[in-house]
Amino acid sequence: MNREVLEILEKDAKVTLKQISAMTGLSVAQVRKTIEEAEKNRVIVKYKTVINWDKLEDERVRALIEVKIQPQKDVGFDAIAERIYRFSEAHSVYLVSGPYDLAVFVVAKTEHDVSKFVSEKLAALESVQGTVTHFFLKPYKEDGEVLEGQEKVRRQPLTL
Amino acid sequence: MSARRPQGRSQRGRARISQRVGELSPSGIRKFFDMLATMEDVISLGVGEPDFATPWHISEAGISGIEKGYTMYTSNRGMLELRQELSRNLSARYGLTYDPDSEILVTVGVSEGLDLAMRAIINPKDEVISPEPTYVAYEPSTLLAGGRFVPVPTTVENNFRVKAADIEKRITGRTKAILLGYPNNPTGAVMEKADLEEIAELAQRHDLVMISDEIYDQLVYGVKHVCIASLPEMKERTIFLGGFSKAYAMTGWRIGYAAASEEIIEAMTKIHQYTMMCVPIMAQMAAIEALKSGEAAVKEMVADYDRRRRVMVKGLNAIGLSCFEPKGAFYAFPSVAVTGLSSEEFAEKLLIEERVAVVPGVAFGGSGEGYVRCCYATALDEIREALRRMRRFVQRHKS
Ligand SMILES: Cc1ncc(COP(=O)(O)O)c(C=O)c1O
Repeated sequence: MNREVLEILEKDAKVTLKQISAMTGLSVAQVRKTIEEAEKNRVIVKYKTVINWDKLEDERVRALIEVKIQPQKDVGFDAIAERIYRFSEAHSVYLVSGPYDLAVFVVAKTEHDVSKFVSEKLAALESVQGTVTHFFLKPYKEDGEVLEGQEKVRRQPLTL
Repeated sequence: MSARRPQGRSQRGRARISQRVGELSPSGIRKFFDMLATMEDVISLGVGEPDFATPWHISEAGISGIEKGYTMYTSNRGMLELRQELSRNLSARYGLTYDPDSEILVTVGVSEGLDLAMRAIINPKDEVISPEPTYVAYEPSTLLAGGRFVPVPTTVENNFRVKAADIEKRITGRTKAILLGYPNNPTGAVMEKADLEEIAELAQRHDLVMISDEIYDQLVYGVKHVCIASLPEMKERTIFLGGFSKAYAMTGWRIGYAAASEEIIEAMTKIHQYTMMCVPIMAQMAAIEALKSGEAAVKEMVADYDRRRRVMVKGLNAIGLSCFEPKGAFYAFPSVAVTGLSSEEFAEKLLIEERVAVVPGVAFGGSGEGYVRCCYATALDEIREALRRMRRFVQRHKS
């Protein structure tokens, strides 16, 4: 599979087939085939947009919840993770190394919603031994993009 | 100022400015600078540097050096650690062995390295042969050292590579050096090994110094750069000028280096120690970091330039500005023949009518006439928009 096509799409999902073709030297048909294949195999999972909701003063709360799991007989991490990631509040879920086991990113409307999710849903799970909730206060950088305060550095318009 | 006195003359009637400097022609693009200053919404393809900021880990090394109090002079030749890293780097890339103690000098960019090389080897009226279109500093640095500049025209038919036979025709009893700059600014041309071998043979047969400005050596696309110093018998007579500005996006740090025989480095160091003392220590610390762990960042930038290169070259050809495939640096050098305009007319009208800045080829010598230099180290969106504007322009001016 052509990684360059994927790298280009990962940076900007809006580029057209024709543009990718010009950037890589592949034909439009080759680019289309690569993308279709990647979509089919779920190498490309989906196309999304990075939005800075803070700019709209949108009511939206994000939190990272550390979840410590009580290992249980016959129940692996995968099964427990599934119990958790099926909740729509759980935006992303990772098994991690270190003092806790699952990192759960939550997006919700209010802090109250997050608390409710933690106390009523997560903590209620038998295998969850403990949780620590970190509310996000201010985003600086998201998906590789610095969100605010980046001064545009200008080059000299003409140099030899 | 006295009205009766001719301009630039002192009371005793002598010119204030030295003849050597007075005779240097001013840069061919000053007029464009002035025009640009009054315009908005210009897309500039007229730049000669990366649009990336220096990779952060490299900048951070410079900053943390300052924080720790590294704010002093260094050894004239540059910090030993940096020279050792450079020596390792040249050995890894080209299999060359340069002694960090005596065969490497850290300079204020290739710019200073070039000036030192010229002043170290040129006697009055010595001739330096160099391909044209030429990087703008080559002729002035030759003249300022008292030498004569002998350009060898190169053409698109030979992909702007210089041929040994064309150099040989210009060799005289006064020829002191051949100056090469590949990958090339402004054409983006690269040399092939076989051509370099012929030129190397020529240098040996006529006992000439080889000055090789390889500042773009890491910016090549789909080809392998051949360092002329790495050819048999060439290290001894070659002054290799290497840079950080382009590959590591460090133009503002002002650092580069020269690698050559002990004799030549000693001579260059003599000038450097009196005129420059040393390169700023923070730039040297950043450069050490660049050499130690900058490779991944360079690779990523090169991959990015390569995409933009393809878009630019394809786009130019599609709108009728025929352009050979440049395989190095970050310039495309299309012909503007379809418009019937001279390179300066083209650049000036394009700027006024469509707000796109390019550099007229004639700024790089007579054989650049009929071409313009378009730098593709610019955001893809801007390249695409520039191409749209240029398409309109070419449609209007097709003769
Ligand atoms: C061919 C060539 N040599 C040398 C230089 C100057 O480089 P530095 O920044 O290392 O002085 C440039 C910069 O444009 C260049 O294009």
